[in-house]
Amino acid sequence: MGRMSPPDGDIAVFLHCLQAVCGELLANEAELSALDRAIGDGDHGANLCRAAHALLEAADDLSSLPLPKALERAGMLVVTSVGGASGPLYGTMLMALGRAWPQDATAGAVADVLEQAMEAVGRRGRSTVGEKTMLDVLVPAARAFRESVASGSLGAALQAMVDAADSGLAATRPMRATKGRAAYVGERSIGHLDPGAASARLCLRAVARVLCESGSKELRS
Amino acid sequence: MKTRVGLVIVSHSSDVARGVADMVRQMTGEEIAVAWAGGNPAGGLGTDVKKIVAAIESVWSPAGVAVFVDLGGAETNSEMAVEMLDASKRERVVICNAPLVEGAIVGAAEAASGSDLQHVRKAAEEFLRT
Repeated sequence: MGRMSPPDGDIAVFLHCLQAVCGELLANEAELSALDRAIGDGDHGANLCRAAHALLEAADDLSSLPLPKALERAGMLVVTSVGGASGPLYGTMLMALGRAWPQDATAGAVADVLEQAMEAVGRRGRSTVGEKTMLDVLVPAARAFRESVASGSLGAALQAMVDAADSGLAATRPMRATKGRAAYVGERSIGHLDPGAASARLCLRAVARVLCESGSKELRS
Repeated sequence: MKTRVGLVIVSHSSDVARGVADMVRQMTGEEIAVAWAGGNPAGGLGTDVKKIVAAIESVWSPAGVAVFVDLGGAETNSEMAVEMLDASKRERVVICNAPLVEGAIVGAAEAASGSDLQHVRKAAEEFLRT
């Protein structure tokens, strides 16, 4: 398993990922807010779109930074622009990635850092898998990526990550929320997809698509 | 005069945050410093880490600051704000696990009487459990 991208290409790949993620969020604002209206306060789409606009505005500045600093800076932009709990959660993920980004960014090393970043999100939200949150997508997706990358190609690992994100999102439907705003609706949260898990899946899919394209591999939809 | 613990009120709604701060001031006059942060960075409902940091800084004294929050995101964003403070200040800021209005009023009364940060927090957090 080689590096995920050439050293001087890291920031270019990061920018493509950033643009793809922001594009997904902006295109799915209504759907994310609709999910959030069902069991929360209905602002998840709008909140993440504020982050997307802030990130896109800062894209030029970010591209002048070394990748770890760009990740940290992007995390801080998310924290300061969102206005809901998802800001500190996604922001913590990006900042944790930036702080621990490996000097030799092999897929295996990145997989370890990715999994640690998801654990940092769990600590920030004092939550864990099974509570109907974004962690139900982030944690199994990162685990699938790490497990698959150890034995197969980058493309296969990205596919495993996306598949785990899909099933992680689906698994939130029958769950009863015990964290976040959805906890207030209790039993009524059962039967709805979690909006944070939905946005997490969108972001991971967008990143996987870019990384697959940059490695000229097809990603099953 | 001995410096008193300061208070910060954080709510998703700027109206609620300002209103609770008004109630605290009515109770305690100028005896303690109280600031509020409400609304997301775009002015809608939500909370804003930068506004919370600024509110904490505005009432900061070595006696410390007790922060009162309403719902989940307010707490998460307040925790983030505390982490963004200088290390020396960070350990003198607590986020109280108390109802926003009652907790702030009880905490303010305790602070006005000259209690230290831990006693202010304890009074606010224990109020509804007694």
